[in-house]
Amino acid sequence: MIELRDLTVRFEGHVAVRQASFAAEPGEWIVLIGPNGAGKTSVLRAVCGLLPFEGEILLDGHDVRRLGRRELARVVAFVPQHPATPAELTVAEYVLLGRTPHIGYFSTEGAGDRSAAAAALERLELDAFAARPLGSLSGGELQRVVLARAIAQEAPILLLDEPTTALDLGRQQQVLELIDSLRLDGLTVVSTMHDLTLAGQYAERLLLLDRGAVVAEGPPEQVLSAANLSAHYDARVRVVHDDDGIFVLPLRG
Amino acid sequence: MAVDSVRARTESRVRARGVSRGWGLCACAFLVGSLVVGLGVGPVAISAGGIAESALSHLPLLHVHSPLSSAQEAILWQLRAPRVVLAALVGGMLALAGSAYQGVFRNPLADPYLLGVAAGAGLGATLAISLGLAGGSEQIVPVAAFVGATVAVVCAYALGRSAGAARGTGALVLAGVTVAAFMTAIQTFVQQQHTDTLQNVYAWLLGGFSTAGWSDVVVAAPYIVVSSIVLLLHRRVLDVLSLGDEEATSLGIDVRRTRLLVVAAATAGTAAAVSVSGLIGFVGIIVPHTIRLLVSTSYRAVVVLSLVVGAGFLVLTDVLARTILSPAELPIGVVTAFFGAPFFAVVLRTSKSVR
Repeated sequence: MIELRDLTVRFEGHVAVRQASFAAEPGEWIVLIGPNGAGKTSVLRAVCGLLPFEGEILLDGHDVRRLGRRELARVVAFVPQHPATPAELTVAEYVLLGRTPHIGYFSTEGAGDRSAAAAALERLELDAFAARPLGSLSGGELQRVVLARAIAQEAPILLLDEPTTALDLGRQQQVLELIDSLRLDGLTVVSTMHDLTLAGQYAERLLLLDRGAVVAEGPPEQVLSAANLSAHYDARVRVVHDDDGIFVLPLRG
Repeated sequence: MAVDSVRARTESRVRARGVSRGWGLCACAFLVGSLVVGLGVGPVAISAGGIAESALSHLPLLHVHSPLSSAQEAILWQLRAPRVVLAALVGGMLALAGSAYQGVFRNPLADPYLLGVAAGAGLGATLAISLGLAGGSEQIVPVAAFVGATVAVVCAYALGRSAGAARGTGALVLAGVTVAAFMTAIQTFVQQQHTDTLQNVYAWLLGGFSTAGWSDVVVAAPYIVVSSIVLLLHRRVLDVLSLGDEEATSLGIDVRRTRLLVVAAATAGTAAAVSVSGLIGFVGIIVPHTIRLLVSTSYRAVVVLSLVVGAGFLVLTDVLARTILSPAELPIGVVTAFFGAPFFAVVLRTSKSVR
């Protein structure tokens, strides 16, 4: 459960997020969309403690400001758009780093941590990759490994910044299906996504941001209107609805 | 049941490599071998068996009789042992501090002198020698060097923080360069004003263990031991930092506090090492990188093995420094660079895992 009330984020003299409010329940997947610079990433970064903010952020009812850094990391797992993946770390070592909030500062992982990491690897069908160095993996495999690290963190809230950047269409669909199945395990998922058609197909609810403010919120068929996209993306599109879902098609002017 | 066995199999694969038994034994054997060579080689050669028996004869209750003459005993325990122990402490500390700086700044070229330790120690020692403070007591030079090193790093840290906490490690490194340049300027000025002590200053700056005694070991050891323990305890956290400040933060690490703690520990240890040995370059770069290339890039391996291998490396280098031109001695810094650089080049070329 995540709840934002009048979230405002300022940095370096400008307002990145302006009084944004929304809530997401366990098992729900909310996708933030909006043009470049709309403040999507800033919302995620504020939630996981990387940016100072005004307003309130409640995670499972706890005020984020009252949580210590480690406590926060046990509640929220964050996958940035371009995670660092040191080429020589093995998949197992990398996924174990996700256990950091559960391991004492000066200690190393115990049996419980190895078991949680093993469960995450199995959950994402990566058990056979455990000993492979990250540098030997393809883009799609790497993205799954990064998700496994976030799952090993065992936080009930998962924040994903553009989880499908740099993946081909098939790999994008695989990763999104995977995230969808994690949501069904009971995680609360909040992600940003730039592909509007994919966003419309996977999200339960979309949040359209423009210049830091939430300008539309609701189910995809409501938010992804040609009028909204023209007004906020400055884009000419045709929006097609059919039995398979909703499709945003760019038109040449 | 089937699920359990699959889980058990996966779990058995989930391991952080750290130091494997094989590499651990190799490193320890290297250190022990270096110590034996360091104690045995010199104008008066002493065999490994003689060293072992003499060592045992100093232990109570064993009733082992030393086979060495009293002159050999004195050479072994009053001249060579403190020298070898000091070289091991300094070498281990410099290599360990180098690996820690590289981890905390995520910069493979970071060395133990990054934040002005060398320049500060140089200024402190120069002031002590040139202004004649050392006339009264031999002990004042290391103390002055230690104070100078610490002042330099505190200045660099304060400047780096005030210049741009948001800009991360870049500002800190630039602050270190700035402070070092300023202190080097003052040091050179003082040196030029006191040309009579030029040679003493120069000899100190070049570094070495020719005057090492147990008192130096006693001065430096406490700092080096405490610093080493703190840095060794950070081996897993340094791996977390390799993901970058933001990801480490989102995993619950207080990056700024971690960096301060690691820098403070590495600096205190380095300053103590420099204060008793002068400036010995290259150890903090060559040892950690050799371990990265041969063993693993994980700090769990690099930090631990740097300490052990660095100790053995500097003991052997010191043996070369005092035997090549015997009875004259080469400055050890010359030897570390002269033999270390080509060795490193070979490792770099032959390793399959260069990044």
